[in-house]
Amino acid sequence: MSELQLLALLPFIVLAMASVIVILLIAFRLSHTVIQVVGFLMMCMVVFATWYVKDTLPKEIAPLFIVDGQAALFTGLIIFCVLVIGLFSYIYFEEREENPKEYYILLFLATLGAAILTISQHFISLFIGLELLSVSLYALIAYLRNRNNAVEAGMKYLILAAISSAFLLFGMALIYMETGSMKFAGIAAALGPAGSSPLFLMGLGMIIVAIGFKLALVPFHLWAADVYQGSPSPVTAFIATISKIGTFAVLLRFSQIIHLQNYPLAITIFSVISIASMIAGNILALQQQNLKRLLAYSSIAHFGYLLVAFLPGNEAGTEAAIFYLVAYAITLLTAFGVIILLSSRQREAESLDIYEGLIWKQPIVATILAIALFSLAGIPLTAGFLAKFFILSAGVQQSVWLPLIVLVLTSVIGLYYYLRIIITLFSSKVSTETMPKTIHPFFHISTYITLVIMAGLLCWLGVFPGIILSSIRAFLLLH
Amino acid sequence: MILIWMICILLTGGILCWLTAQRLPLLAKWIALLTVIADMLIACWLFRVYQAFPDNTSWFINYQVSWIPAVGIGFHVALDGFSHLLLLLTFFLGILAVLCSWNEIREKTGFYFFCLLWSLAGISGVFIAMDLFLFYFCWEIMLIPMFFLIVIWGDARRRYAAYKFFIFTQVGSLLMLLAILALYFIHGQQTGNYTFDYFSLLHTVTEGATAKWIMFGFLFAFAIKLPVVPFHNWLPDAHSEAPTAGSLLLAGLLLKTGAYGIIRFVLPFFPEASVSIAPWMIFLGVTGIIYGALLAFSQTDLKRLIAYTSVSHMGFVLVGIFSFSNIAMQGVVMQILTHGISTGALFVMAGMLKERLHTRDITKMGGLWTSMPALGGVAILFTMASAGLPALGNFIAEFFILLGAFAANPVFSVIATLGLILSALYSLRMLQKVFMGQRTVTEPVKDISAREFIIMAALSISILVLGLFPQPVIDTVRHLSTIHPSIHE
Repeated sequence: MSELQLLALLPFIVLAMASVIVILLIAFRLSHTVIQVVGFLMMCMVVFATWYVKDTLPKEIAPLFIVDGQAALFTGLIIFCVLVIGLFSYIYFEEREENPKEYYILLFLATLGAAILTISQHFISLFIGLELLSVSLYALIAYLRNRNNAVEAGMKYLILAAISSAFLLFGMALIYMETGSMKFAGIAAALGPAGSSPLFLMGLGMIIVAIGFKLALVPFHLWAADVYQGSPSPVTAFIATISKIGTFAVLLRFSQIIHLQNYPLAITIFSVISIASMIAGNILALQQQNLKRLLAYSSIAHFGYLLVAFLPGNEAGTEAAIFYLVAYAITLLTAFGVIILLSSRQREAESLDIYEGLIWKQPIVATILAIALFSLAGIPLTAGFLAKFFILSAGVQQSVWLPLIVLVLTSVIGLYYYLRIIITLFSSKVSTETMPKTIHPFFHISTYITLVIMAGLLCWLGVFPGIILSSIRAFLLLH
Repeated sequence: MILIWMICILLTGGILCWLTAQRLPLLAKWIALLTVIADMLIACWLFRVYQAFPDNTSWFINYQVSWIPAVGIGFHVALDGFSHLLLLLTFFLGILAVLCSWNEIREKTGFYFFCLLWSLAGISGVFIAMDLFLFYFCWEIMLIPMFFLIVIWGDARRRYAAYKFFIFTQVGSLLMLLAILALYFIHGQQTGNYTFDYFSLLHTVTEGATAKWIMFGFLFAFAIKLPVVPFHNWLPDAHSEAPTAGSLLLAGLLLKTGAYGIIRFVLPFFPEASVSIAPWMIFLGVTGIIYGALLAFSQTDLKRLIAYTSVSHMGFVLVGIFSFSNIAMQGVVMQILTHGISTGALFVMAGMLKERLHTRDITKMGGLWTSMPALGGVAILFTMASAGLPALGNFIAEFFILLGAFAANPVFSVIATLGLILSALYSLRMLQKVFMGQRTVTEPVKDISAREFIIMAALSISILVLGLFPQPVIDTVRHLSTIHPSIHE
């Protein structure tokens, strides 16, 4: 491995070091605040490292990894998310019964897993990344181990994730048997232009099951609502953003390298999954009274939308998908940030009653949540609208009409439940629940400020997406 | 540039209202009023400039900056006579909307005026946007504040009405978005220039089935807004549950965006396809005229009644547009203006009655003339306007439309004429139930105040002026005869 190759891996090395440093800090029994600050600095260092190595890209570290512009984009997005989630975790865990120190080790390990997924171009690295992510998540989901919901959610995730890993391995084995290679490019070469043997398709199907599970696509979505509800809110935010971004990144790379759009059967399967996710996600969310469960169903629908951009397999689709993920990640983090801010020691702010008339009591927080919901619903002036617009535009370009029509109709259904929460926020009947006093003014205020910035970012992206779009383009050219 | 300033004034005015209302609710009201008046003055000044403009058939303000160049989206606003008249209507009704909510809105004043002004900003944006993306953007922006107006300050069934309003319009607008995108890519493939600019897209050649499907995408959105009969379902609920100013904006302006869209986009983009569906659209228009009138006749809720008259009047607009005749097109523009004023006035009147009697049920009213003769007089004027009495603006409008439509489709225009008789029926019934007959309200009611007098006077004068001197309006929109090849004298 040459020096330049090592340099390209620098962000990931720093990321891996973050968890080691946290372990060492715990050994010295340092406080939550110190760990939080160090973690924050380490993540900033990862960002700087990514920026620093940007000019050396793309770089292949044969055979496992490839660090190119697309990987850098996804890694950047993941690191941004973990920065925000880390900040949210402080006020959340400081009020809970559980000692939060080990939490950060797991958080950084899971992030490392997701980051590895974005650069992997080989089944081995794919599997290692995915397992790193999953295994850390088992513990993270059940972190508040004295709460029944958390343990149930952890068990559910453990069993289903284990099964899906088994599927993944079996699928990989089948493809390896057929093509004799585990590297994506090798598989593509061995298949040749005409190749679509039954063994390969079976293997592909098994892999789709595993990926579908991770992305919570219908019909592999059954875990989503319970896990979203049961896990601590920052972890829910993690599953909803980082875990899915990482998985989507590897799916995108795999399909780009083997030219998935040449396999009509696979495209049909993805269309069906996408349509089913859009319909089921939106309909299941309609009557939901629990905000976290509602967001779970809504994110099922959102990944259905995302697949519509993924189906055409063209440049515009990739751009649209990445823009969508950026908008989606910021939006969801904002929404979860509000939930965390409003949660008290005893209960999560997940029941809609808490939000009754919030706008007259806490105008800023409620406005932020309203902006996030408008963005999820895809209403102009927010990033969500442009994201949906780019997806529609990518779809129209390739004339994938059926999924497009379904997208349009289901997002109208989706409007209903987003509007329902917004109406609750604006209702004249004010909830009598009192807000608990905050113990940590500094972190509280910084969470608050972060939320304001992110809501501002959503509006800014919704009106002036030019800069983000052009930088996405610039990064995508590095391959 | 001045067009952007007009919108910016409304947007900043809205934010200022929200910020000041916490401490000084009165100041917020004045800010809102002055903002809209400032815009009205600018628009009036522009109107004078426009009249002096040597060639007033073309676009006399045309301002363009690039917005999202990566996908060919520009910030392109332009003004011609048609847009200009609609802008004037927007600010005129805007002023009245602020005035008529002066005492009606007692809580959350700041947010109320914020929504009102932002909604006006969205509507003005719709009328001047010449970039299809910008158009769609404004089209959506005007909805959200309106949604809040209904859902926060509306009547008892406001939630239901607000959902229905928002979801109905959203279905249409998303399909329109798909159509816009399809047009964008077709144009891009033909010319290599990917742009959302209206004037470039006008040159897109679309044929056969493709043109038809894309046209349906546009038409669907506008038909829901107008509303054309099978899609009118949201209208009575939204109009009757909204606060007075909300009903005023809905009836006076939001419905007009549908008509504007058909004239500005559907006809020029799809000349052949629009001719091929014209008989069907005229049929739907006539159905709307008769159906709306019949339903208006059977209502007992005053605001619902007025809402159904809108369905009937908008049927005339649809008939006028699709008869492809110059005179009918002039009638359509007149109808857009006069319906905005007359129906707006009726909604304001209904609001005043509701404020005093706390009911919208006309069976609980009656004999109000004795206690409020002034309001009664105004009510007679506007019910007559709505019934299409000569000397009032609506007469000119409906007469022109029927005149133009007769050449195109005699049978349907004869049936449409029946609508005029039916409109006399429902108007007189309303007048009789509310102001004549036995007095049923026992508690004393006040006649109109000075503020209400100003509102009503402004509306009455304008409907009379439009009825007696329609020529300036007709001159201003003379160029509409060129938007579609088959429009004839």
